[in-house]
Amino acid sequence: MNEDKSIPRIPRLAAPKAEQRADRSFSPLRVAAMIRRYLYLLQSGWVRIIELAYWPIMQMILWGFMTEFLLNSSSVILRAGGVLIAAVLLWDVLFRSNIGVAVSFLEEMWSRNLAQLCASPLRTHEWAAALIIISLFRTLIGVLPAALLAIPLYQFSIFEMGFTLVAFFSNLLIFGAAVGLGVSALVLRYGLGAESLAWVGIFLIAPISGIYYPISTLPDWLQFLAHALPSSHVFEGMRIALAENRFDLGLFYNALMLNAVFLAAGFFIFLGTFRIARRQGLLLQIGE
Amino acid sequence: MSSLAVKVSKLSKIYGNTTAVQDLSFEIETGSITALLGGNGAGKTTIISMLLGLLTPTSGTIHLLGKQMPEQRKTVTPKMNFGSPYVDLPKRLTVRQNLDVFASLYGLREPKRRIEQLCDELHLENIIDRPTGKLSSGQATRVGLAKALINAPCLLLLDEPTASLDPDTADWVREYLKAYRDLTGATIILASHNMTEVERVCENVLMLKSGSMIDHGSPFSLIEKYSRQNLEQVFLEIARSPDGAQ
Repeated sequence: MNEDKSIPRIPRLAAPKAEQRADRSFSPLRVAAMIRRYLYLLQSGWVRIIELAYWPIMQMILWGFMTEFLLNSSSVILRAGGVLIAAVLLWDVLFRSNIGVAVSFLEEMWSRNLAQLCASPLRTHEWAAALIIISLFRTLIGVLPAALLAIPLYQFSIFEMGFTLVAFFSNLLIFGAAVGLGVSALVLRYGLGAESLAWVGIFLIAPISGIYYPISTLPDWLQFLAHALPSSHVFEGMRIALAENRFDLGLFYNALMLNAVFLAAGFFIFLGTFRIARRQGLLLQIGE
Repeated sequence: MSSLAVKVSKLSKIYGNTTAVQDLSFEIETGSITALLGGNGAGKTTIISMLLGLLTPTSGTIHLLGKQMPEQRKTVTPKMNFGSPYVDLPKRLTVRQNLDVFASLYGLREPKRRIEQLCDELHLENIIDRPTGKLSSGQATRVGLAKALINAPCLLLLDEPTASLDPDTADWVREYLKAYRDLTGATIILASHNMTEVERVCENVLMLKSGSMIDHGSPFSLIEKYSRQNLEQVFLEIARSPDGAQ
């Protein structure tokens, strides 16, 4: 407190220099401010960056060696070399996109900043938009190093998929973000006791997304559920792209349409939970 | 423009079987400093939260700066702000980064100028590039105040602004708030347990107990009305009396 003692007794104030912009229902500047807030956080320590890239790299190395083993012992897999590595990388896009949203949201709860944001002019939909954009950054930081490392290690470049990769990546990113918004809403509704949902929630859909095996492997009733997920269409499309070297437009459209529904649902749940939170006083009770 | 900064009418907040605020009505003049005074559970924080739009009232109406809350919240929030020891700023961000983010959220045209101004007035020069989580409580209070003043609010709500501060720093904060009000004509509402603070800084006091307003008036008029020597004695009488006010 020594610094405080040096403060003059009577502050000398000048007229505040705080001219404000006209208020808008959607302000890109407020979205940019929130993105900056999360980027500041990422740059506050190198450990955070390393942590983002660490797990995708380990996964890729593990499944890369598994692929090499299978290539030497299975003619079926031989036809689709790299399918496991591609699956691992694309699954990580989905996973990272989901936790990119959910963990960024959790940061506000951990730092007891939620009330500050909710009392500011920031609109909930602007915040959701910022969370989705920052999850794109986090996903790229996480998955790019692993994808690049796969080239010298296993002579597999996922970038050779070109537009197909962009189509799959975008769909998984949107789906992960939609789930992330839903998970964030649950954490807001049930408090930090539910924060583990941010990490494990997405694994609920992993078995029926057909990441490492075709959807036809699943029992009929699970196939029905699987087809309702954008991720299953993406992974089916990925296998076709790698095995038959073609882009299945039908699967892409299916994923896109389903994503529109999931994203709308994610926004609806996120915004709706904030209304409930304001009614029940949840914005005030959350802390570290 | 209305001379009323705040008009609250028949405001209630009920959680299940618990009534946090009951049938509360009051008005606050523009440019005044008003205290919400009451013991724990009196409803001070609930009232401030409803004024801020963080909590939806069960019934009743709130008008801030002539606009109805929460319906016209979007029009009012750029002109108001708040500070509380029970909320924090992200600890890993530096003071400058935090102020920069909030300056943008409040739509300031020249955020750097305002941050420089606050930096100068609140003497943040030595800590402006330090992580917010590594500040002493006195420094953190000044930073919290800087955030609360970033948009030069017409309406400033402060929950226990001097809690956990040493007397010297607390005194400085009070002087600063008075100087800010005198300069800008802003309306300040503060919730406090500190009677000396309220006597020194506030022109109006709303005495609260169990979610209801028991009495109100200037600190001097309340002391006179209850025939006591200071506001603390008035507070104790009201807090210990089963019926509340005289």
